[in-house]
Amino acid sequence: MECVFGLVGNGFAIVAADTSAVHSILVHKNNEDKIMVLDSHKLIAASGEPGDRVQFTEYVQKNVSLYQFRNGIPLTTAAAANFTRGELATALRKVTSFPTLSYELRGVRNPYSVNILMAGYDKEAGASLYYIDYIATLHKVDKGAFGYGSYFSLSTMDRHYRSDMSVEEAIELVDKCILEIRSRLVIAPPNFVIKIVDKDGAREHAWRQSVQDVTTASV
Amino acid sequence: MSIFEYNGSAVVAMVGKNCFAIASDRRLGVQLQTIATDFQRISKIHDRVFIGLSGLATDVQTLYQRLVFRHKLYQLREERDMKPETFASLVSAILYEKRFGPYLCQPVIAGLGEDDKPFICTMDSIGAKELAKDFVVSGTASESLYGACEAMYKPDMEAEELFETISQALLSSVDRDCLSGWGGHVYVVTPNEIKERILKGRMD
Repeated sequence: MECVFGLVGNGFAIVAADTSAVHSILVHKNNEDKIMVLDSHKLIAASGEPGDRVQFTEYVQKNVSLYQFRNGIPLTTAAAANFTRGELATALRKVTSFPTLSYELRGVRNPYSVNILMAGYDKEAGASLYYIDYIATLHKVDKGAFGYGSYFSLSTMDRHYRSDMSVEEAIELVDKCILEIRSRLVIAPPNFVIKIVDKDGAREHAWRQSVQDVTTASV
Repeated sequence: MSIFEYNGSAVVAMVGKNCFAIASDRRLGVQLQTIATDFQRISKIHDRVFIGLSGLATDVQTLYQRLVFRHKLYQLREERDMKPETFASLVSAILYEKRFGPYLCQPVIAGLGEDDKPFICTMDSIGAKELAKDFVVSGTASESLYGACEAMYKPDMEAEELFETISQALLSSVDRDCLSGWGGHVYVVTPNEIKERILKGRMD
């Protein structure tokens, strides 16, 4: 029931993600940050299998840093999004050749099961949001969402979104979406983190918590 | 649901008098959910050859990148653009390379050959070419498209009439298919100019 969604406003992009780390029926923690800061002006909100989510987004982050070290300038958001799509597309059909139990010499394919919303700000292009799903479909969007929460957040955004929203209006819309998810999704995640990227950089904007982690000191 | 119907698509190309038209829908979906209404399915290879790719969107993007790469290499080596027949053979070869793990796309290729003679063809996901003299279709709405084109097509139409015909055929076909639609993208190509138009149809 991972919920990730985002939208582009006037000179900024906002992404919100739930913060539950779930394994079957157990909630391991409810303050897991699923939005990684890729570099000074890029955010990557990822949802999917936890191992793949962390490993793949870290891999992208390190490669984006490497480009900056080697070339002295940062990648544009579009370039980073296309790099991410390329890695997902390559992994999608890669066949690792180790023997499996069924005597086949060709092993199983190992695509990454991660859905990604990449938000960024570039001086020339302004704020942008890229939708990259786990089978490497890339599309530049104004609003995007993944997971069961997308059925509620996309419709809410379709109703209220305008392309020139201010930060306050966008946060109001994000809160409307979170309220919708909380009230209509059967196993709704209790907590969300909201991050924003604009000309001043990528940073955490707010948390929306309805359940706090219990610390041992209170026992 | 078949993997070819995962994203939803509709592409059609028609032959006119020394011109051709190629059109596609604009929906990008994930099964029942619509993600975007401005997805580009038709790409220009060069001024006289266009390719429209229907099927799984990730393979549409990968295949397009590979084809542009191969054509740019051809341009560097041969110092000229590829003929549409040659390009169609290239696409067919690239698709058959992946015979046992294919790209899940069905391309529609349209171009102006020697003496401005229009050329259209389509192929399946493993590169079986199907040449036609009148029209070719592909995508989730292909069956409706076959019917609409057969009814509305006549030979030797001029550019303007061809645009009207292909637009009506596309819009009426995607209206019967829930996985494609949200407008249309039409390119009408004559020896002198390329006219690109966006259609507004039933936005559902």
